[in-house]
Amino acid sequence: MTAPLLEARGLVKSFGDNRVLRGVDVAVPAGSVTCLIGPSGSGKTTVLRSLNGLETPESGTVRVGDVELDWSARPDARAVARLRGQSGMVFQAHNLFPHLTVLDNVTSGPVFAQGRPRAEAQEEARALLARVGLADKADSFPVQLSGGQQQRVGIARALATRPEVVLFDEPTSALDPELVGEVLQVMQSLAAEGWTMVVVTHEMRFARQVADQVLFLDGGVVVEHGPPSAVLVEPREARTRQFLQRLLDPL
Amino acid sequence: MSGIDWDLVRSSLWPLGRELLQGTLPLTAVTFALGLALAVLVALMRLSGNRLVSAPAQFYVSVIRGTPLLLQLFIIFFGLPSLGLTLDPWPSAIIGLSLNVGAYASEAVRGAILAVPRGQWEAAMTVGMGRVTTLRRVVLPQAARIAVPSLGNTLISLVKDTSLVSVVLFTELFRQAQIIAGQTFEYFTLYGVAAVYYWVVCLVLSFGQTRLEARLSRHVAA
Repeated sequence: MTAPLLEARGLVKSFGDNRVLRGVDVAVPAGSVTCLIGPSGSGKTTVLRSLNGLETPESGTVRVGDVELDWSARPDARAVARLRGQSGMVFQAHNLFPHLTVLDNVTSGPVFAQGRPRAEAQEEARALLARVGLADKADSFPVQLSGGQQQRVGIARALATRPEVVLFDEPTSALDPELVGEVLQVMQSLAAEGWTMVVVTHEMRFARQVADQVLFLDGGVVVEHGPPSAVLVEPREARTRQFLQRLLDPL
Repeated sequence: MSGIDWDLVRSSLWPLGRELLQGTLPLTAVTFALGLALAVLVALMRLSGNRLVSAPAQFYVSVIRGTPLLLQLFIIFFGLPSLGLTLDPWPSAIIGLSLNVGAYASEAVRGAILAVPRGQWEAAMTVGMGRVTTLRRVVLPQAARIAVPSLGNTLISLVKDTSLVSVVLFTELFRQAQIIAGQTFEYFTLYGVAAVYYWVVCLVLSFGQTRLEARLSRHVAA
């Protein structure tokens, strides 16, 4: 068996006295989709943000491809930037750059950060925009788009740096319900194309249909993990069952 | 007894207008540009986590904002020579006013940088930008929009504050009005004409500020 593309071991992180991660392990094989689920405060977003160094764990290691970081060795900004360069990220609130056009948002990484030729980056960006169904919006500004369109631009921007892994932080949680589908469809098609994805989500249908593995987190630990058919359909742990039950029947 | 001497108004229009164009406006433009550059530098220094960097910036802002501009100009022009540093009116005026603009504008710039949402920094970092690139490409362009109303006030204050450099023998609009008034004893007329000139310049700048605000906001407001 080949080593997973992304591997995190023993992630520990506190915010003040609050210990939000208590030793989390994640292994993501290349070309697979991993969904992180769990109640709010379970640490799932903190795990995701530790994978690209937006959070700084106190200890644990993260490896993506051939870049590895030992958090307990207090890595400097350059080492963290190298790890971060391995992944792209899609945010809950899209965080598009409001002063740039859609096309410039997508080329921002390749041109401003990677120093690739603008013409080449733009050509690739247009293809990515077509890929997420927004070829005709290249010259619009983010404010002119719907929430679902904004999030699809966010996905194109994350792909533009040619990352090894794409991290999604609750990509549909801030959307109106009728706009969720268009974003999930794009994500599903990316999964089918073989992108390696780690997705923090509350969309259980997406997790069931698209994920290769599901990690259920609670209280800063991975309570249960496995294929969605196991974790989501026949959970072993009581906490997992309670969580799924609450999602199914909020009242 | 005299009121307004309209002939003198007409004959002083050009001598005063010339000093507006040759003194007041160039001095305003130069000191605003220098002051703004200084303001960005000082704002970034104050935002640094390193006390050795942020403390001097904080000290500078505190001293400049805590002492009268008139006194600062006196120190530069009349005080520094006793330390062996003699400056001509132009450099004195430029240094004094730029330092002043830099201190006030740095607070506006600092506030504007802090007002750019944290998610913008994070998004820039996840597409691979470092701190400097993020500032240049993402944060400062957005901070500029936020800072415009406040910087507009600073600019308008600056136009009027240039009249203070008459004390360091810099000839500009107000100094010229003083000179002609001293010769003709028509104080009300001359200072009245000068006041109208200042007012017109500030009106134009206010109008420009409104236009600029609208332009910079066109992609932001929903």
